[in-house]
Amino acid sequence: MLKIDNLHARVEDKDILKGLNLAVQPGEVHAIMGPNGSGKSTLGHVLAGRPGYQVTAGTATLLGQDLLALETEERAHLGLFLAFQYPVEIPGVSNMEFLKAAVDAVREARGLEAIDSVGFMKKAREICKQVDLDQSFLKRGVNEGFSGGEKKRNELMQMMLLEPKLCILDETDSGLDIDALQVVAKGVNAMRDAGRSFVLVTHYQRLLNYIEPDHVHVLAGGRIVKSGDKSLALELEEKGYAWLEDAA
Amino acid sequence: MSDFMQQPQEAAAKTAPPWLADIHARGQAVWQGSPMPTRKTEDWKYTNLQPLQQKFIAPLSGSAPQLSNVSYPDLPGSLLVFTDGGYREDLSRLELPEGARLLRFAEADSDQAEAIREHLGRAVNTGRHLFASLNEATLADGVFLQVDPGAVIEQPIHLVWLTSGQVDALSVTQRLLVRMGANSQATVVESFANTATGGTAFTNGISELLLADGARLDHCRLHLEQGEAVHIGGVHATLAANATLNGFHLALGSRLKRIDLVVEHRGQGAHCELNGIYLPRGEEQVDYHTCIEHAVPHCTSNETFRGIIGDSASAIFNGRIHIHPQAQKTRAELSNKNLLTSHQAEVNTKPELEIYADDVQCAHGATVAQMDPATLHYLRTRGVPRDEAEVMLSYGFINELVESVHCAAVHDFLKPMLARRFARNPKLTRHILEDGDE
Repeated sequence: MLKIDNLHARVEDKDILKGLNLAVQPGEVHAIMGPNGSGKSTLGHVLAGRPGYQVTAGTATLLGQDLLALETEERAHLGLFLAFQYPVEIPGVSNMEFLKAAVDAVREARGLEAIDSVGFMKKAREICKQVDLDQSFLKRGVNEGFSGGEKKRNELMQMMLLEPKLCILDETDSGLDIDALQVVAKGVNAMRDAGRSFVLVTHYQRLLNYIEPDHVHVLAGGRIVKSGDKSLALELEEKGYAWLEDAA
Repeated sequence: MSDFMQQPQEAAAKTAPPWLADIHARGQAVWQGSPMPTRKTEDWKYTNLQPLQQKFIAPLSGSAPQLSNVSYPDLPGSLLVFTDGGYREDLSRLELPEGARLLRFAEADSDQAEAIREHLGRAVNTGRHLFASLNEATLADGVFLQVDPGAVIEQPIHLVWLTSGQVDALSVTQRLLVRMGANSQATVVESFANTATGGTAFTNGISELLLADGARLDHCRLHLEQGEAVHIGGVHATLAANATLNGFHLALGSRLKRIDLVVEHRGQGAHCELNGIYLPRGEEQVDYHTCIEHAVPHCTSNETFRGIIGDSASAIFNGRIHIHPQAQKTRAELSNKNLLTSHQAEVNTKPELEIYADDVQCAHGATVAQMDPATLHYLRTRGVPRDEAEVMLSYGFINELVESVHCAAVHDFLKPMLARRFARNPKLTRHILEDGDE
């Protein structure tokens, strides 16, 4: 699914990723943990092609294709989805218009039949229910005036509508109360299948109580310094990161 | 004053009804006694008046040009069409219900002429708005709308002023006088449009809106002229107690548009909403100067203008709010936001607050920005191609104002027209125009 080799990246002349390796197989859930400033969010942004994030060495492929050579929208068409830590507010563009434009673009690029407005509306309403967002949110401006939790649920709604192959969730759990966390976890678990993979970037072991990862990695100093199974997350919760940073 | 408008003044003296003579004289006295504004004149500091450096001529009376490719809204209700200043009975439709009368100056009888003379110019300070004096000096015909006290006119009244560009350096003077009786209600839409090719036409269009106690007027003024069109004009409104004016303004770009909007709150409890959009591109120039006068207590005004300026175009927005010493408990808001879509685009925005009362709420803000790269990126991460994302964000910038248009038929005309303006390919607007269909 996703293969990252020796990835180096810089943001504004500062080297952030310094030789990151990661391989995610279809159907797997990987959790990436690590201290502040270790490069966790940078990884997601680099993979999504955010302007200002410069890859200086290494490769990243998704489904065998060179991800770094593609435009941002082409990466989405291929099956990449990044749930933002801080989703952008877009007043004047309704959520519905945005969601339909996204779904149409992705379906068209994948050679799928266009979905009609009525069918789409029906599907969007169903997903609204699943992520516990009132349907009025479809009419509002994208994320405009949404609370932190509502924005995260809106990200989840986009993910469910776009049916991506690889979902990267960038601290989707931060700032969520227990109820919202469970909604997010339930949504992710419902989407898990043999052909879809997840990378969960998180600070807290808490999320992993609800979404059980196959692998847990520690990112420190721009590299993965330790990998293990879900028990590693519990160990980190107990000991913190200092012992690993020393090792790095 | 230079003589570049000499011929139109002489022509008006010949073709206008005789009772307009003293209005001509009044206009000429101010116009000819004043110097032409330059970049050193504060109100004209950023406006390039170079397009006026030629001698203009009035249209030949009786000319009825055939116009092709002119787009303006198709509205229900009464329609009055003028081409190159001449009334077109063949294109107009008068369906006024009881309680409203629509009359051209040229057809007024002596009583009607007296009523027009009594009110014409009452809301306009020609000393301050010099080109309004030129309007008076060159006036040959105009439109008078009278709505009786208590009358509620449901259908919009649509005035369409078209120029053909068939003659170069054509000067067209237009005038609208609206008297809204106490507690009356109406919707007035003015559309200005031209054939996009051809010579320069200089239009001087002034509208006066006089609202008596409790009257409510929805007023849209759509400047759809393109190409070489020059328009210098404006709207001058007075609001008596508890009157409400909902104004919506649009200016597509052309060689030069300078529109002055003046709203005077003269009676307590009056309220005005003033929304506007300007969209110059190429080398076009649009200039809105607005002035809200709060002369009495307990009035409110809410003004929102947004502009998207592309290519090497320039825009000017000057928003003045003047709160007089006795106008306590005034609430006045002014917002102007600008989106520059090219590095050569230019905007000069200036909120201008003069507040002489101490118990007022007054908020203002102006911003100038380029399209936000983070927002564009966010849309693209969801698979939306860059070109469609840019169209969505451009239209999204003015969407709220388009939605504020009260008249449904005007809204339905504007939405697709404006969305397509940002798109090289109509497919890019499909999601904007699909939105809301259920």
